[in-house]
Amino acid sequence: MRRSAAFALAAALLAPALAAGPAAARDGAPGGVVRLLTHESFAVSDGVLDDFTAQTGYRVEILTGGDAGQIVNQAVLAAGNPVADVLFGVDTTFLSRALEGGVFEEYVSPRLGVVPEALRAGPMVTPIDVGDVCVNYDKAAFEAAPPPASLDDLTAPAYRDMLVVEHPGTSSPGLAFLLATISRYGEDGDYTWRDYWADLRANGVQVTQGWEEAYYGAFSGGSGGGDRPLVVSYASSPPAEVVYAAEPTDTAPTAVLTDGCFRQVEYAGILAGTPHRAGAEALIDFLLSPRFQEDVPLAMFVFPASTEAALPDVFVAHTAVPADPEQIDPAAVEANRARWIDEWADVVLGDPPGSSPVVPALAGAAAVLALAAGAWWLRRREG
Amino acid sequence: MRPARVLLVGVPLAFLGAFFLWPLASILWTSLVPGGRFDAGAFGEVLTDGGLLGVAWFTLWQAALSTALTLAAALPAAYVFARYEFPGKRLLRAAATIPFVLPTVVVGTAFLALAGPNGALGIRLDGTVWAILAAHVFFNYAVVLRTVGGLWSHLDPRLEEAARSLGAGRWRTFTTVTLPLLRPAIAAAASIVFLFTFTSFGVVLVLGGAGVRTLEVEIYRQTTTLFDLPVAAVLALLQLAGVTAVLLAYSRYQERSAVEQSLRPAAETARRPRGAREWALVLGVLSSMALVLGLPPAVLLRRSLAPGGGWGLDFYRALGEAGRTAAQTVDAAAAVWNSLAFAAAAAAIALVIGLMSAAVVAAGRGRASRWFDALLMLPLGTSAVTIGFGFVVALDAPVDLRASVWLIPLAHALVAVPFVVRSVVPVMRSVRTRLREAAAVLGASPRRVWREIDLPIVSRAAAVGAGFAVAVSLGEFGATAFVARPDTPTMPVAIFRYLGRPGEANLGRAMAMSVILMAVTAAAIALVERFRAPGTGTF
Amino acid sequence: MLEVRDATIRFGGTAAVDGMSVTVADGEVLALLGPSGSGKTTLLRAVAGLQPLDAGAVRWDGEDLAPMPAHRRGFGLVFQDFALFPHLDVGRNVEFGLRMQGVEPAERHRRAAGALEQVELAGMERRRVTTLSGGQQQRVALARALAAGPRMLLLDEPLGSLDRALRERLTGDLRRVLARPGITALYVTHDQAEAFAVADRVAVVDRGAVVQQGTPQEVWRRPADEFVAGFLGFRTITDAVVAAGVADAGPFGSIPVPGTPDGPARLVIRPDALRLDPAGALEARVRAVTFQGSFSRLDVEVDGAAAVAHTRTPPEPGTTVRLRLDPDEVVALPAG
Repeated sequence: MRRSAAFALAAALLAPALAAGPAAARDGAPGGVVRLLTHESFAVSDGVLDDFTAQTGYRVEILTGGDAGQIVNQAVLAAGNPVADVLFGVDTTFLSRALEGGVFEEYVSPRLGVVPEALRAGPMVTPIDVGDVCVNYDKAAFEAAPPPASLDDLTAPAYRDMLVVEHPGTSSPGLAFLLATISRYGEDGDYTWRDYWADLRANGVQVTQGWEEAYYGAFSGGSGGGDRPLVVSYASSPPAEVVYAAEPTDTAPTAVLTDGCFRQVEYAGILAGTPHRAGAEALIDFLLSPRFQEDVPLAMFVFPASTEAALPDVFVAHTAVPADPEQIDPAAVEANRARWIDEWADVVLGDPPGSSPVVPALAGAAAVLALAAGAWWLRRREG
Repeated sequence: MRPARVLLVGVPLAFLGAFFLWPLASILWTSLVPGGRFDAGAFGEVLTDGGLLGVAWFTLWQAALSTALTLAAALPAAYVFARYEFPGKRLLRAAATIPFVLPTVVVGTAFLALAGPNGALGIRLDGTVWAILAAHVFFNYAVVLRTVGGLWSHLDPRLEEAARSLGAGRWRTFTTVTLPLLRPAIAAAASIVFLFTFTSFGVVLVLGGAGVRTLEVEIYRQTTTLFDLPVAAVLALLQLAGVTAVLLAYSRYQERSAVEQSLRPAAETARRPRGAREWALVLGVLSSMALVLGLPPAVLLRRSLAPGGGWGLDFYRALGEAGRTAAQTVDAAAAVWNSLAFAAAAAAIALVIGLMSAAVVAAGRGRASRWFDALLMLPLGTSAVTIGFGFVVALDAPVDLRASVWLIPLAHALVAVPFVVRSVVPVMRSVRTRLREAAAVLGASPRRVWREIDLPIVSRAAAVGAGFAVAVSLGEFGATAFVARPDTPTMPVAIFRYLGRPGEANLGRAMAMSVILMAVTAAAIALVERFRAPGTGTF
Repeated sequence: MLEVRDATIRFGGTAAVDGMSVTVADGEVLALLGPSGSGKTTLLRAVAGLQPLDAGAVRWDGEDLAPMPAHRRGFGLVFQDFALFPHLDVGRNVEFGLRMQGVEPAERHRRAAGALEQVELAGMERRRVTTLSGGQQQRVALARALAAGPRMLLLDEPLGSLDRALRERLTGDLRRVLARPGITALYVTHDQAEAFAVADRVAVVDRGAVVQQGTPQEVWRRPADEFVAGFLGFRTITDAVVAAGVADAGPFGSIPVPGTPDGPARLVIRPDALRLDPAGALEARVRAVTFQGSFSRLDVEVDGAAAVAHTRTPPEPGTTVRLRLDPDEVVALPAG
């Protein structure tokens, strides 16, 4: 009886797994399924992936898992025994982490020729798209006075209490903007990036944890009703505002400060240990094909990596192209990321001189005491 | 042990083992023993870092304060719902659960619209701990209302009448009779609220501003941005230790404070308010509830109906069409359907596991039972980030579940089981032994007793638990946000994706989808609560 | 036939039931009579299978019931607090046992209706049990136990929580039900009137053991010891010395106690033994008069010894009266 109970238990727990198992096993066959691991921001127009299936016989199954940092981390933890066959969405800031984690296996697509040399990053990954993280401004707020023209301007009194940025520890554009300032002002010298951020702080910069809170919460141009006219977002945010306007329009309510942008390249790669190498190669090739590349601008609001892809008018009309975007070597990012973020937090969020931690500590102690007193009181009532 | 008991203990243990303990142990092992060598450095690093210790302290006290505030805010409503009958009560109770499922990002925008820059309330709370506390009260109100209200509605009012007749005033009656009898439910609700707020993530991220961190936020940051797995693991252990201590204290307390009492059908304990005083009480509580729970959803509703600042259904229509670019990110109808399917599956799993566990916990005494009870609750208080990555490390064999669509309801159920257990155990403990004995003497085998006596009597409580399970799943609680999953977007995922890109239409769609999520939640929970075990009359 | 042999049940260190032995013949109603805490309810639970024995045995028709769980014993149990299932209506409560036996719905309804009729609750099937009065609940509990057709009925203070008038009425109903041919029952009560009214035989229980068994008349006429006498309400107990069938009872004079061995003894003088009689031999001072309805209770003092007498014509307190002693109402117990 005991044994049969244990068996029933095992069967009950394994049934769903078994149901899923054979399907997974079938994927190995040619013309089967290719799994694409990507982040939540991945988007593709209807029919594009159907064309891939029509051309190659492979069906794409998309797995989404949080933001870029999360999927890279998942891939690293599962390195060698991947959840999927192809990973798309590792960007400049996380590339080294993925490479060090042994996530990818080499593949050089025959279509790589369409990608400018500058975007390429070795044999492990294939550049798919390029985007710039830039400060956006609310046009309406700058009708009378000029908008800032450079990173330096942001510390000027004229733009006091206007900027909202994202925490580089929890937000991808936040990290990108920090890297832009590090690239611009450097680590050493008379005026380092730390000095710049101290000035930003003195000028009343606001920090949110994520892009959504900054753009829809604090930014006045993002239809969310905030009060700050400057926000760290993307160079492609204005065209999105046009495409996703509530009433059809030809003018974006926001525009981009093209100085001090940080260029992020998004890569795809074949996950090491995939049993479906052929399908994975076909998918990488397809991601570089005109069909996919031309869909990229309005699906994900980034530039295609391919120089041959035609850009949609609305995208061209409203997207600013920074002349000289900031860039940092991915290896340097990987080596210094934690330190930079910690130093940033000390400069921007650290206790201002003269403040004391007494108040929160007291409030906390009072809270814990109150709860303990409540528990004691309840117990006393037990009689 | 008898086979039945082996099964009762074994199935929940196997479930927890496979989908909680094993992933948790795997990720901690991977993090702390990289390459087979134990890395003790991370412990020293965390324990000497004043900043991280400050995070731990903040985590603790904000959770304590949030719990106290939530209890204070929701107990009056629990009373009014338990003791008075008024029009729309059922609907209101279901509606009170709505905040619970709303994605924090969405609530965050609503809070900002109320108490942020240019806020409608004229005060600025964003970036302060007050915003976090207010949001915690908002999110967890329903936990107290439903858990405590569930037992309260079954308390025999005659006990209070007896106390009154013995010369106790209203307040003394409450403190000497009602409160002690409610203790199991209050402790249950408090423990859940504490766990939720102790591991608070989204609320802190969205409303706390940049300087405020809980352990959970720090674990997320250490894991996904800094890739410092050892430090993340030590923080997760720290969090786990705190949660375990609270849980053990709780279950010890719970066991001692449980009293058998003759519960009455809820319908017999509630009546219409009589006289101006009682009506004033009911209306007062309801309107304060409307204020706390109603304002943020009202903001969402207003925004979902305000294309270009006017009025209109454009955003809802936009959800239905395929977007102006072909890249409509999410199929809205499919998202609703996916959410409901996952919720049904998660609730079913949580009910089976939860009822079995509750039977063990309610019957048990002593240390083993306490640990079992604490273990059941643990997933609620464990870092979702950690568990999510634990899935990635652990669930590849014998069958690769890592990217299986089954993982989603299973992970939801993991968080939902404690709700079922917490809703059911107090009632189950109060089912008098006499009734079971009476059934046994009349020829019911132990299993039959369980089915004929315990189950029907606890079915209402179980329905409350199932309602929570549905809510947990609809709200995408737990680790599913941190694992790769087949592209089956649910409503929260859809909202998240809309909000992930600029444009008024995207914000509008997110708001409209939030309103739909609210409506679906209220409807699903109202439906689940109508459920009664067949042939059980009106208990 | 139920046979309890040397049953012992301990809670912690103390024995709640300490070597108790009783038998209930088929068709017989045995009352376990004793004060609260005497272990009678514990024994009943052991018979029902709700409480394991630490020693001794419970047998039915010679078969040891120890390995048989409660739900297989086929006994009907009526609890003191009735333990009606609050989530079921009256009909479903009564049908419960039949449902457990797998009886067809139609047959179930019929038999449940019959059981309800027996307890004069016909047609109450759809009532909610929580809306019933105490007496109705008691009768539903009885019907529920009866409907399943138990081989034996166990009743645990079934009238204990009811008011006096109801108790008296229901005692009659219970006797009517239990007196039916073929009903075997074990009836636990602390109320001698109830026990005498419903039982064929009475077993008086004290501190976990049976101190006397017999018909109600036997127990009433000849209490086996001072405990039984006291429990039956006989308050006047006095020392005496017996010689040749006559007891010298001090203030109460010489009383014939035929058949009692010579030597010291204790005499139980029932209230009815002392009658007001101007020609009586005893002089008594009335200390208190308590009106009890059909009679009055007199607390008197006979030459320094306290005694109780019953009368229909009470004198004033403080007066002196004369009493006659009826030797038939006196029981001699061995001294010690």
